[in-house]
Amino acid sequence: MKEIVVISGKGGTGKTSLTASFAVLGAQDVIVADCDVDAADMHLLLEPDFKAAENFYSGFIAKIDQEACNRCGKCVDVCRFDAIPVIDDHYIVQPLDCEGCGYCARICPVDAIKMEEQNVGDWYISTIKTGSTMVHARLGIGAENSGKLVAKVKNEAKRIADEQQKDLVLVDGSPGIGCPVVSSLSGASFVILVTEPTVSGFHDLKRVYQLVNKFGIKAGCIINKADLNPGVNQQIREFLKNNAIEHITDLPYDESFTEAMTQGKTIIEFNGGELQKIVRQSWVKIKEFVNVL
Amino acid sequence: MKIAIASGKGGTGKTTLSTNLAVYLAEKESVVLTDLDVEEPNSGLFINGELTHHENKYKMVPQWKSDSCTLCGNCREVCNFHAIVQLVDQIMVFPQLCHSCYACSELCPTDSLPMVPEKMGELREFQADKLTFIESKLDVGQEQAVPLIAQTLRYVDENYSEVMLKIYDSPPGTSCPVIEATKDADLVILITEPTPFGLHDLKLAVETMQELKKRFVVIINRYGIGNDDVVDYCDGENIPIIVKIPNSKAIAERYSRGELLYLVVPEFRAELDKLIGFIDTLNRETEQ
Repeated sequence: MKEIVVISGKGGTGKTSLTASFAVLGAQDVIVADCDVDAADMHLLLEPDFKAAENFYSGFIAKIDQEACNRCGKCVDVCRFDAIPVIDDHYIVQPLDCEGCGYCARICPVDAIKMEEQNVGDWYISTIKTGSTMVHARLGIGAENSGKLVAKVKNEAKRIADEQQKDLVLVDGSPGIGCPVVSSLSGASFVILVTEPTVSGFHDLKRVYQLVNKFGIKAGCIINKADLNPGVNQQIREFLKNNAIEHITDLPYDESFTEAMTQGKTIIEFNGGELQKIVRQSWVKIKEFVNVL
Repeated sequence: MKIAIASGKGGTGKTTLSTNLAVYLAEKESVVLTDLDVEEPNSGLFINGELTHHENKYKMVPQWKSDSCTLCGNCREVCNFHAIVQLVDQIMVFPQLCHSCYACSELCPTDSLPMVPEKMGELREFQADKLTFIESKLDVGQEQAVPLIAQTLRYVDENYSEVMLKIYDSPPGTSCPVIEATKDADLVILITEPTPFGLHDLKLAVETMQELKKRFVVIINRYGIGNDDVVDYCDGENIPIIVKIPNSKAIAERYSRGELLYLVVPEFRAELDKLIGFIDTLNRETEQ
């Protein structure tokens, strides 16, 4: 089984629109995983049925039993996150500040602090409009995006691919370079970097590629809105060449991606003309790369 | 006043708005702009300033001292983040997983895990006339953005308490880095685009700000593409839309070159004037 992960470093480069298009082209041959759990959007294009839903528990938050508490203040002394203010002579844990380290609970002399497991979000297994399966999730507001929910989504997708004897898992990754991206990348066979020829797009591409390179994963790149800036486009092409990154394709600046999205469609199901043709060709090319890995 | 510029969805124009607003305001008064998107900071690409300060930023992590350790296993047991692993004859620390809570170190009966600094990123400060620009960059390979965001905020508070106007370019999403970046803000500006993705992520951002009990307003970028759903949603929820930045390929081209838009695109400048008018009104309200 091969795993293709689509990431971008910078947000808004068209990563999700492209991943959803590939999901439609791959149809029943691919299991889809939306690992952008912080702002998951792929479900808006792929019509999942949310058939199976489960809570996801990860990490802890301290809770102080006000009756048992003797107000000694030791918990405040050890908390490095200033998460226990004293309000009207009561020690109250602020959930958004508590990191769940459990230090306070360990040293409380009267055992008044309990660590409660946190429901940080939900995850789903759905049938999508292609008839295939998608694993996706929703992280709770302000929850720690530690990468654990990302890992869960990915591992479930892989398990289902095994079960259904599918050869390909297609993953929509997270933005940035932190824990969720690291989780998205681990175990990937091929990474697709979606970028745009803007100074920000190029800057973020270089940073996220450093991370990909640490993992030693083979990568390809799609330059979206390629005609926006020929100069930066040229710099990106040189960067790709120097780092042996496959230049999969250039996509023109074209608002039909947005028009299709507004109708809940990918470019493949929309009258996209030339754009649709290029995306189809890219998918063929990506499959060829992945097959020889 | 502290103004945080945030969005659920990435790529909706946080950096464009932050940099243009800060530079425009700094034509008249002192402004501090801070880039808190430490994983992928971009504001610096649009600011021409002189580097005035540079420092490495560290987080504290335990370091194992083999000579005094009795391998009692207490450190491994107290670590809720699985950052400490005990092998047959040694203790291994995984700094990336460490949250610097000090429990292992301070609860070690033989003081064998002193906390030592580990570099996680760099902070730079630039000056361009009345504008002070501060950016922090997380080292590639470091996984936690929150400690660096927290230290950057502390740096701004300690060094610029006298500057009235502070603008913070926040990370995307709704998880812990966004909370850290917006929790001290007096006003949060949520910037979105009028598309189904933009609307979906805006709703998440709105929920987050409501949870934090923040005053927030919305700006629509690329207005004219997509549909009216974002406007309808904001109207229905009584969320003020302060500014609508028109969709334009010419704007995108200028952005792609790292240009400040308000200097060259009159429509954009006119929208910024509306935002500045709104900020002035808020300022007067707070003074009264």
